[in-house]
Formats: sequence, structure tokens, C-alpha cells
Amino acid sequence: MGELVIETRGLTKHYGDLAAVEALNLAVEQGEVFGMLGPNGSGKTTTILMLLGLTEPTAGSVQVLGFDPARQPLSVKARVGYLPEQLGFYDELTARENLIYIAKLNGLRRDEAYKRIDQALEQMGLGEVADNRVATFSRGMRQRLGVAEVLLKRPQLIIMDEPTQGLDPEAAREFLDIIRDLKAAGITILLASHLLHQVQAVCDRVGLFHQGRMVLEGTVKELAQQVLGGAYRIRLEADGAALEEALQSLPGVVNVNHPDANTYELEASSDLRTEAARAVIEAGGRLLALDVEEPSLDEVYTRYFQEVEHGAAA
Amino acid sequence: MALQLEQARRERVREGSPWTGLWAVVAKEMADHLTSVRMRILEVLIVLTASGTVYAALQNLRTTIGQDRFLFLRLLTTARDPLPAFVGFLGFLVPLTAIALAFDAVNGEFNRRTLSRVLAQPIYRDALLFGKFLAGFFTLALVLTTIWLLVMGLGLLHLGVPPSGEEVARSLWYLLATVFYGGIWLALALVFSIVFRQPATAALASIAVWLFFIVFWGMIASLLAQVLRPVQFGFPQEILAQSKLELTLARLSPNTLYSEITLALLHPTVRALGLVLPIQLHGAILGTPLPLRQSLLLTWPQLTGLIAATILLFALGYVLFQRQEIRP
Repeated sequence: MGELVIETRGLTKHYGDLAAVEALNLAVEQGEVFGMLGPNGSGKTTTILMLLGLTEPTAGSVQVLGFDPARQPLSVKARVGYLPEQLGFYDELTARENLIYIAKLNGLRRDEAYKRIDQALEQMGLGEVADNRVATFSRGMRQRLGVAEVLLKRPQLIIMDEPTQGLDPEAAREFLDIIRDLKAAGITILLASHLLHQVQAVCDRVGLFHQGRMVLEGTVKELAQQVLGGAYRIRLEADGAALEEALQSLPGVVNVNHPDANTYELEASSDLRTEAARAVIEAGGRLLALDVEEPSLDEVYTRYFQEVEHGAAA
Repeated sequence: MALQLEQARRERVREGSPWTGLWAVVAKEMADHLTSVRMRILEVLIVLTASGTVYAALQNLRTTIGQDRFLFLRLLTTARDPLPAFVGFLGFLVPLTAIALAFDAVNGEFNRRTLSRVLAQPIYRDALLFGKFLAGFFTLALVLTTIWLLVMGLGLLHLGVPPSGEEVARSLWYLLATVFYGGIWLALALVFSIVFRQPATAALASIAVWLFFIVFWGMIASLLAQVLRPVQFGFPQEILAQSKLELTLARLSPNTLYSEITLALLHPTVRALGLVLPIQLHGAILGTPLPLRQSLLLTWPQLTGLIAATILLFALGYVLFQRQEIRP
């Protein structure tokens, strides 16, 4: 258990009657990439604004790097980088000029600021276009400029709101690599997104947000365990009689689907390929194919919201 | 007990200074103003009108050199058809310039999506708003001072006599009043830029308020005075009461305050602003100029009124901005 970078207790934010965030208990450890996942309007951005002290919580407490953002916003904002969802720059200024302004707002001394700016631009692959006006930048370049800006303050924590939205697949993939590099440099990252496979690709842990509450939390595997019942899906094709019963009786199998004559789908709590194969052989069947699927966040997400809807309908 | 109080006090106090980052904002905004096309157009306009009106005034004044003690002040106030006087032009252009400097101050940052990024830096909102105001104010002061120097230079070249110390002092006070008159419109445009998300709406609203005061407020003041203090029997008291009310109402407009200051500072012979009864003039030698101190004393309420209005408007904008949600 590492040191906690973000800790909220009963964090709540109401806009009039609307509860944007309700009794949120969030804990993010030093050095991990935490993904906040949920549909639009589920309270992700509001939570981020409260973590940065840009919005006052209605109730509850927040600690970011040991500071209270509502009381010590300057200490928090000096150490935390924020990449908003809608990333805007002063288009009429160059990339470098945009960063100089931010460096000045951070109170960096001139020579130190210039050094860090060169370094950050180079690191984000923007060295060549440093003196071009930002108006000429593509969305991917703006996003990287955003990271360069955040790196100026040598942050301990970076909060990103929908960082890959609107990027083409290539730029999105590059951006995920950037996130991995930042993590390797020891920076804690909090990521809000609804692009599931990207969250799954980089996040150590995930929190699922729904109507202002964090309804599920854990690694993707843990979530799959909770929501899908089994974390492993084993697909096998086999020829033979009464195979379904044999597979069903294996310890650890949660459910068996039998979509067509020779295909069986097992939901299991662990990797049961060997046991399943043995069961088929022992039952006198002929094994044709065997495969295991890692659970995807997509499935967890879809299944969870299906269940919520069913629950609401019932 | 004392310890608890101390802790409670510490908890209420915000960390650090609200002005952290102020000068970074001022420097950036001023650089923006001074390089923007908008400002260039206004500068050209102002310089053209200034030199045009002063040149016209010079043509008139050349004939009276040596007869007038306040030749340089005449330079500012003499009109020659079809051009109005320099002060008239400035009274018209300063509000426009001030509005142009601030109408997109806050909503512009919103629309460019830069606001949340800037406020995520270790500064308070105070610094951003005050920095934007100061940058506009300094830009305005810079432009007006340049014009003042230009006019003085033109005067020196063409009149061939240096201005007296008193003339310089009077015109400098006039310059100060003009900057603060601009400050009101700057603060107003800033407030509208917080209230309205569209810069065009904010600009139109500011210009509407300005037109209201310049065109309609005089009429409304006189109408209100006639309704509230009607002259029923034609007594002098009634007429006096009506005129007094009308003047009070008219002074709610910054334009009235500013034109009264201009009048008293640039026409040293003006001894009173507003109503003067014949009995009050008893013993006065008409046509003799007042010393600067007395003229200043005369305009002091108007000058403080302008400054107070600027501060009030800024405070209103400050409160609105602090309460605004910054999410897009």
C-alpha cells in the first residue's frame, strides 16, 4: 500500500437540487494510473474541479498531496497538472509564448522557465514547431502542448479530463504512450474518460461512476469478477454428448452457455482451460478448439449499465 | 480558547497572496492590447482626430496669441466648424476605446477554453480579473498620455510660446480625470464580459449603456424633475427645486461628471458648477480666473465620483466572477 496522493471522504457537490457528486470516497495511491469511468454527466469533471479547488464541495473532505484544495489551493495547483477536456490555447501566440505565460503564472524564474520550456517541448516532440503560432496546430499537437505545459511545474500528479477524445487512432495511441512514460517517471495520473479500451490499456485501477456515485472500484479483473460473475471466458468447440453437464460441474465455473451444437462458453473465476479440456476428454468428447478471452472493460461497462436499467425497471 | 480562536482564524484565511501572478497577467494582457489590430485602429483614429482638431484650433488661435493667458488650454477647447473641439472628440472616443479594451476580457477566455487552464495555475481569480483591469487601464493611460504629449508638442511648434506651469498642471489633471472616465467604461465592459458569454453581446450592452447616458439620460433627468418637482404656481422656490433635482439626476451620469470636470479645469474662469444665484455672485469679479487649487476644489466631488464609480463597477465584476462556475 503506497502513500495516498488523493483521498476524499464523503465528498459531495450539489448544484441546486441536482447532486453532481454524492458521498465520494476516492483513494489514489502514489505512482498509479487511476481511471475514472462513466457516461457524460456522471460527476467526473465536477470531482476533478473539486480536487483542484476550482469548485467548493458542498460537503465532505478532500486531501490532495496532503493539502486541502479549498483552503490551500495555491499549494495544490503548484504541484498538480491539469489537462482540461476542452484544451484551449492563445491561438495568436506561439507555442513557446503560451508556455512562457504559464511559467510566469507559476512564478518560475526566467532562465529556469526557458530551460524547462525547451525541455518540455522537446520531450513532447514539439521542438520543431515551438515558434509556430498555436493556430496552426492539429488537435494531437495541442494535446501534447497541453502535456508540455503541465510538465513545466514538475507535477507530482496529473489530472486529465478526456485526454484522447477527438484524437485520431494514431494520435490517441501516441498519447497513451505518453501516459505510460509519465507513469514510468513516477507521476501519479488520474484519468477521466468514457473511451473504455483506452482506459483499460493504461489504467492500473478503475472507478466506475454513475449518477454522481462511484459504484465500482478496482482493477479491470476485479470489476469483471464483480459484474460479470467470472473474470475468465473460455470458449471451446467440442463434439460429444452431455458435455454441458460435465463442464457445468467443474469447480469454479459460474455459467455455461451453449449457443450452437458444438460451441460452449464458460464463465469461470480462474483460468480453467486445462480442467475444461480434461472434462471434455473424460466425458468421451472430441476437443476441436479452446480459447480464453480476457474480460474487457467494454463488457463490464455494458453489463453494469444493463443491470442498472433492469434494476430501475423492476 | 485562545488557541481555538487562533486556529479558527487561520482556517478562514486563504493561503498566500491574492495578487500572486498579477504582474504576469498584466504584462501578457498589455502585450495583447498593444499588438492587437483593434487597438491599432483606435490609435490611428485618436491620433487623427487629435491632430485634426488641434490643427483647426491652431488656425483660430494664431490671431489671438499674446492676448490670452491660457493659450494652451484654448488649444484643447477651441472648436472650429465643422470640427468639434479636442475635448469633445476625446469625450467621445475614450469610452469607445475603453469598451474595446475590455468587452471580451473574460468571455473571450471562456470561448477560447483557456480559462480553466489558466485558473489551474497557482493563482487566484483575483489576480486574473484585476490584472485584466489594470492592463486595460494602463493601456488607456499610455494612449492618452501619448496624445497629451502630442498636443503639447504641436502647440509648442505652432504657437511658439511655452505653456505656463499652471497650464501644464491643469491639463495633467484633465488627463487624470480622462483616464478615470475611461476606467468607468472599462469596468463596465469588464462586468458585461463576465455576465454575457458572447463578446458581441457584451460589446453591444456596453455601447447601449454609453448611448443611454449620452443621449437619453439628459432628457430623462429633465422629465423626471418636471414630474417630481412640478412648477405649479411659478414661485422661484419651485423653479429652483426643479432645477436642483434635474442637476442631481444628471450627475448620476458619468458623462455629466466628466464634462463638468473638463469645464472647470480647462476654463479657469468658471467659478461654479451648477446653479448660481445672483446673490452668491455678490462681490465676485467676473471674468477673473480661479487659481488651480480652487478649480480642483470645485471638481473634487466629480473626480471622486468618477473614481468611486470605477471601483464600484470593478467590485461588482469581482463578486460576479468569484461566483461564476468555470466549467465550460
